[in-house]
Amino acid sequence: MSIAFLSTNLPFLLAAIFGAMFPILSYVVYGLIGLMALLYIGSIFSQKKPTVNGSGKNVKVLKKGFDIPVKGAPQGEVLAAKTTRFALQPKNFPYIFPIPKVPVKVGDHVHAGDVLFYDRDRPKVKFASPVSGKVIEIQRGAKRSIAEIVVEADGQQSYREVKSINLETISREDLVDFLAENGVWPMINQRPYDVIPALDAVPRDIFVTTFDTAPLAPDASKIIAGKEVAFQGGLDILRKLTSGKVHLGLDGRVAKVSTAFSEAHGVEKHWFAGFHPTGNVGVQIHHIAPIKNGEDIVWTLGVQEVASIGALVTGQKYDASRVVAVGGNQVEKPKYVQTYMGAMMGDLLEGDGQDGRIISGDMLTGEKKQREEFLNYFDNQVTVIGEGDYFEMFGWAMPTKKTPTVSKTYWRGLFPSGKPLDIDANLHGEKRAFVMTGEYERMLPMDIYPQHLMKAIITADYEKMEGLGIHELSEEDIALCEFACTSKQPLQEILRQGLSELYAE
Amino acid sequence: MGLLDFFKKIEPDKQKSGFLHTLYDGFFTFLFVPNKRPKNASHVHDHIDLKRTMIFVVYALIPLYIFGMYNVGHQHYLAMGEMTGLTEGLGAKFLYGALKVLPIYVISMVVGLGIEFYFAYKKGHGIEEGYLVTGALIPLIMPASLPYWILVLAIVFAVLIGKEAFGGTGMNVVNVALLARVFVFFAYPTSISGDAVWVSGVDGFTGATPLAMASSGGWTEVISHYTPEQMFWGVIPGSIGETSKPLIILGALFLLLSRIASWRIILGGIIGMSVMGLIFNAFGGSNAYMNVPWYDHFLMGSFLFAISFMATDPVTAASTNRGKWIYGLLIGAIGLVIRVSNPAYPEGWMLAILLLNVFAPLIDYFVLQGNMKKRLKRA
Repeated sequence: MSIAFLSTNLPFLLAAIFGAMFPILSYVVYGLIGLMALLYIGSIFSQKKPTVNGSGKNVKVLKKGFDIPVKGAPQGEVLAAKTTRFALQPKNFPYIFPIPKVPVKVGDHVHAGDVLFYDRDRPKVKFASPVSGKVIEIQRGAKRSIAEIVVEADGQQSYREVKSINLETISREDLVDFLAENGVWPMINQRPYDVIPALDAVPRDIFVTTFDTAPLAPDASKIIAGKEVAFQGGLDILRKLTSGKVHLGLDGRVAKVSTAFSEAHGVEKHWFAGFHPTGNVGVQIHHIAPIKNGEDIVWTLGVQEVASIGALVTGQKYDASRVVAVGGNQVEKPKYVQTYMGAMMGDLLEGDGQDGRIISGDMLTGEKKQREEFLNYFDNQVTVIGEGDYFEMFGWAMPTKKTPTVSKTYWRGLFPSGKPLDIDANLHGEKRAFVMTGEYERMLPMDIYPQHLMKAIITADYEKMEGLGIHELSEEDIALCEFACTSKQPLQEILRQGLSELYAE
Repeated sequence: MGLLDFFKKIEPDKQKSGFLHTLYDGFFTFLFVPNKRPKNASHVHDHIDLKRTMIFVVYALIPLYIFGMYNVGHQHYLAMGEMTGLTEGLGAKFLYGALKVLPIYVISMVVGLGIEFYFAYKKGHGIEEGYLVTGALIPLIMPASLPYWILVLAIVFAVLIGKEAFGGTGMNVVNVALLARVFVFFAYPTSISGDAVWVSGVDGFTGATPLAMASSGGWTEVISHYTPEQMFWGVIPGSIGETSKPLIILGALFLLLSRIASWRIILGGIIGMSVMGLIFNAFGGSNAYMNVPWYDHFLMGSFLFAISFMATDPVTAASTNRGKWIYGLLIGAIGLVIRVSNPAYPEGWMLAILLLNVFAPLIDYFVLQGNMKKRLKRA
């Protein structure tokens, strides 16, 4: 065939081929429509359902939310760690006076339970050293605030003397003073606002969640092993402090939970099953007895905190021992470590997790830390994930990604397998105005409109903020919405700003 | 990566040449997702971003563009009485259609994105991607014979008054693409209504759309000119992109699958229009238009296009789940009322959606009030 022949005949040839195809094009379109419809129906049916394994129990199943499938879940027995340095960080308590009173000096020897600092506004509430040893550093931060008070453990673990009390006869005021004096009062968290409760405030109810659904969170039965008596002791103390009830949120996803939880007495038990954030105490409060307004005070505690409070009576000592989960896809050997509150990150990691972002807490709510920094007060988890410092060519156009997603624009989001994947801290986009709607509602198993609440906070509409339920929320509850957000809005920051404004009023 | 290094090297200085930097930033982030990381929690984020969301809508519109080009050419040659068969002269029809449609698309993008870039530079933030979709929707809802200067005016009006005046992407009250159409509709009615505009390039030829026929003679008048198959596949006169029903359904399913369009709005719209159609059928009396069978309303006009791509714009639609149902239902019902009972407006969806865009915050307000009242009742 010559070029001349082609150039004269090619248009006709192409038209002829295309013309012959034209009648079957309609079938192609019908086929595509059928395929789309099948995929759509398939994706609806392939949505994961929460595992429920509480035969004979009254399990509340929450269908919204998402378990981010990440590699590096902690496993195995609880190991003894060679942790030597511990610190208390006043900045962990957002609303206390930034320059607390520090009665110790560098070089002083302290026992576990000795006071390291206290708030000038409320001198009765003591913050106690988790270990016995030598105070080696009082680090100052901006504007002469105290950043951290570091204690080097002596390895003996001697305790400050705790006088014995009779729980049956002691008055409420004396009990409160006893707790504050012995350094466990800051372990109690007050909702709304997430603050240390006032000494004279009587909470409507007290809520304890006994499972954590956050990514790579520690298994509560490992945390509580050996502390069953102290846990029950803590519940007994808490019962004396409220006019209402102590509510225990239990894990309805697994067949068996620790007997410390399932056989706890003197408390109301509530079984929950679902994805993250079902394990969050805020979600559980919403389904048990919701917070009504800013004056409707409840207290929340974690498992280890309850055990620490209980140990004051059952063990007669200030026991700040903690089981910490070390996990994340940048950790070679994810593990459980036996240590004390506020341990140094580098000690916990023991050389593991060399490159990546080290986080105190879980990857949704935690704080970025250096190796020589310390675990935050309430955290019992260290996460190391990739830093994500890269530019991704046409990243927004790729049909699939090997990272966890809830977006149905990815195959993995359409048909989730639940297989653990790598994850990193890259934002995967840039911050934009709120555009998509209905995204947050799918991530929050509460009767709340998060996006409208966020807009109310940004526009400082206090009445609307309160009406839409800001008092029921804490950062951890909407962290998953932030993960799923198309517009990359910093929801936790916005929520805290709103809570701070209301708290200041 | 060589390309990345090259792009980093040519980055203009932000202080010295701000507009150039905005432009550069727009193209750079189009090529590369930047290495931004959050300082604080949450440390992990999903891969979805606004670029991907917007581009998925554009994907859904691509088949409509291809078919639109063909149909513009087809209608042109049909009116001239040449190559009247569907498959005759495909190349010529495509070429003719492409020469009509592509300039409209290019003008839409250049004018709209130009304004967007300028405002991004003025406000000092990144270029937001909203116009990618708006700019792709505008050509599809215009007649191919529209003069370019009217198109430019319409886009400038819609983007400036409809969007930038309210604060840019995510802040607009009404759908920007529909605002462009409504501008043409009221400012230059002869260029977008009547029977003469729907076939391009043939002077004096009037190619009435099924809606005009139904208005004068009901369904019997319509099917004496077009078969239902023709209307379904869209080989009839009309706007560039809203005639082919199967391709619209394909695009809508694609958006539903990827959860970018809200199924509540689409289903609500379909139910709303069906119910209103049934009511008209039942109480229509001797009015020919009211007696058009309710299911045949899906074949005529641009209902499917409007409910799939226009009503589902998340910024201007109701934002609560319950609100979306109400919003969709009302669009379906009101749009059909306008279509059937108001001879001044041959098609109802443009006005129905704009109307409901304005009322969407009110719908949300009542839904939110309900939520707030429930909370107050507990106290």
